[in-house]
Amino acid sequence: MTAQLFGALITVLIGVGGCIAYFYGSNTLLDRLLPVNESNDDKTIRNLKLQSSIRPWLFLAPALILLIVYLVYPVFQTIWLSFHDKAGDKFVGLNNYAWAFNDTQFQTSIFNNLLWLLVVPAACTAFGLIIAVLTDRIWWGQLAKSLIFLPLAISFVGASVIWKFVYDYRGQGQEQIGILNAVVEWFGGAPQVWISVPFWNNFLLMVILIWIQTGFATVILGAALRGVPEDTIEAATIDGAGPFKIFWRIMVPQIMTTIIVVWTTITVLVLKVFDIVLTMTNGQWDTQVLANLMFDWMFRGGGDSGRGAAIAIIIMLAVLPIMVWNIRQANAEQKGGH
Amino acid sequence: MWQRIKLEPSRFVLHFAVLLIVAIWTFPTAGLLVSSLRDKDLIATSGWWTALSTTDRSAQGRMAAADKQVNKDGKFEISGNIFDGTEVSGLVRAFGLKVQNPSEFAIDTTATFEDGKTLLVKSDGSYVYTSPVAFAGDRGQRLFYITSQPPKFTTENYSTVLFSEGIGRAFVNSLTVTIPATIIPILFAAFAAYALAWMKLPGRGFIIAVIVGLLVVPLQMSLIPLLKIYNASGFLSKTYLGIWLAHTGFGLPFAIYLLRSYIAGLPRDLIESAQVDGANDFKIFLRIVLPLCFPALASFAIFQFLWVWNDLLVAIVFLGSGEEQLVLTGKLNGLLGSRGGNWEILTASAFVTIIVPLTVFFALQRYFVRGLLAGSVKGG
Repeated sequence: MTAQLFGALITVLIGVGGCIAYFYGSNTLLDRLLPVNESNDDKTIRNLKLQSSIRPWLFLAPALILLIVYLVYPVFQTIWLSFHDKAGDKFVGLNNYAWAFNDTQFQTSIFNNLLWLLVVPAACTAFGLIIAVLTDRIWWGQLAKSLIFLPLAISFVGASVIWKFVYDYRGQGQEQIGILNAVVEWFGGAPQVWISVPFWNNFLLMVILIWIQTGFATVILGAALRGVPEDTIEAATIDGAGPFKIFWRIMVPQIMTTIIVVWTTITVLVLKVFDIVLTMTNGQWDTQVLANLMFDWMFRGGGDSGRGAAIAIIIMLAVLPIMVWNIRQANAEQKGGH
Repeated sequence: MWQRIKLEPSRFVLHFAVLLIVAIWTFPTAGLLVSSLRDKDLIATSGWWTALSTTDRSAQGRMAAADKQVNKDGKFEISGNIFDGTEVSGLVRAFGLKVQNPSEFAIDTTATFEDGKTLLVKSDGSYVYTSPVAFAGDRGQRLFYITSQPPKFTTENYSTVLFSEGIGRAFVNSLTVTIPATIIPILFAAFAAYALAWMKLPGRGFIIAVIVGLLVVPLQMSLIPLLKIYNASGFLSKTYLGIWLAHTGFGLPFAIYLLRSYIAGLPRDLIESAQVDGANDFKIFLRIVLPLCFPALASFAIFQFLWVWNDLLVAIVFLGSGEEQLVLTGKLNGLLGSRGGNWEILTASAFVTIIVPLTVFFALQRYFVRGLLAGSVKGG
């Protein structure tokens, strides 16, 4: 254990130290190679000019190289691969896409992804809004919000363990140790192997993501609600509007943009959901989703890069418009904010 | 402002509703924590919500055989402890000789049977069995009894997972992956963000536009080509360097986007006056810009730290599944497959994986929220 800790420490120091050394070293080298002295002779002026045209690239180089290697090149390569066969040698046109749309697994995934898209963002936003409004009005609201927010720090795998335990099943007659079956039994129902009940098991997986993401919605919507000008509410109160009318007619319209940002952010997350399905069912019992299907095709039987890439492209096409909208929104906010 | 809108009789209902929601939200995690501290037999036989109560459990055992009998005052007597040689513990509440009725007799009272035998059992499991005639047979009489199991908590599950299930090792691996994968993108992004915000370079606008464009690229788009590069290169495949760079690459667009808008918002006079004083951009960056953008750095750092720590996809694609380098999320995923029913292992392991993010989260909640607000534009 100590040897491992020591090894890890050295590895970390080499990694981080290497980066610091690059910036320090390259900048020092630049100063050395193109010396600048106090006297304003021609050489100094020339060196200063050279320095200031080289230095930005020293600053940018690591980031640009990584961006090109890890994002720019792979995007084009994935597009290219999606038109080629499983080893990436032979051009097959749209075959991978044609395969996808005829594949039952893919159809199940699309269907499930649509279900997730319908349920999860809506549920998170609705719960988030309700909780934000309720907790805003009580003295221990902050604590309540922190507790609801807490699952956001938990990994999808950790959350899956937590919920697998909730859904755990013991044979009839044995004492149930999963809370869901215990509650069902307490109400006189028969315990079930919940995770394998077709169709409905999708919702049990969604619950996990809703449980995680509601805190996110709560915090952001809570901040937006506090930004609603007080006089608009006062005016409505004077006009005799009840709290529900104030909520629907005054508050919701004013925070509509934030509601949509929350909705779309969760939508993007849902389109890429992978860990929960992998750890809970690995796509069994009709719970497959696109991201997990793609992962499957990356490794299944040595991997099929053509089919995997085609699924990746489909995920990107679904995510793209939403992300564009979100970034525009964020940029507009920044310009308006300053 | 809300306080003024009164839903009058419902003040109580409001508190109750919030309490209920909070209870629902914390219950699953509470179950994990409580279970991870319970005795493994108890986890498997009773719900974690009963952890604080005493549970009854029926058990059976054999009393000592006839060869242990002693003759006392004309009576034959066998004595001993029913718990000897069994794994049952607790306190005996009742006993009987028939399987149908293990609670026929109360403890501490002498039960008398038709054939003149008597049996006394005490709560600690000790018994005295007497008979007017000599006991025979080479096996002892079966005894059925009810024990009450007092609540029992233990940290044994944690020592098991940490030292013999490989979670301890995975924990160190996770740190080895996460710390550089958080610091490296901060360094790279901060320098790049400064260059893009304040330095003169051709094509600046174009570079910024490309980086913002890269925000929309989902991680999935990169995986297959990168896996091919990694496998071909040899020195990146399944190494820490490989995964640091992968996390850095995926985190950079968001980091640069976040930091650039922050650094660009710094007062122009500050940077220009330093330039007039003859400081070069490297010095300005280190001495002035870096300290000033601490809040933005902190939000990104927390965001990235949690992201990398909790990541499973990048870890299993680029680091593989060898014990040597497996990170916590990967290990936990493996345990879910191999130790599916062993809840004492799973709950303790899961708690070890979530303790670090929870601590970070509670300690730095303010920065975390800020990062989260900006995080709606993170694509990877």
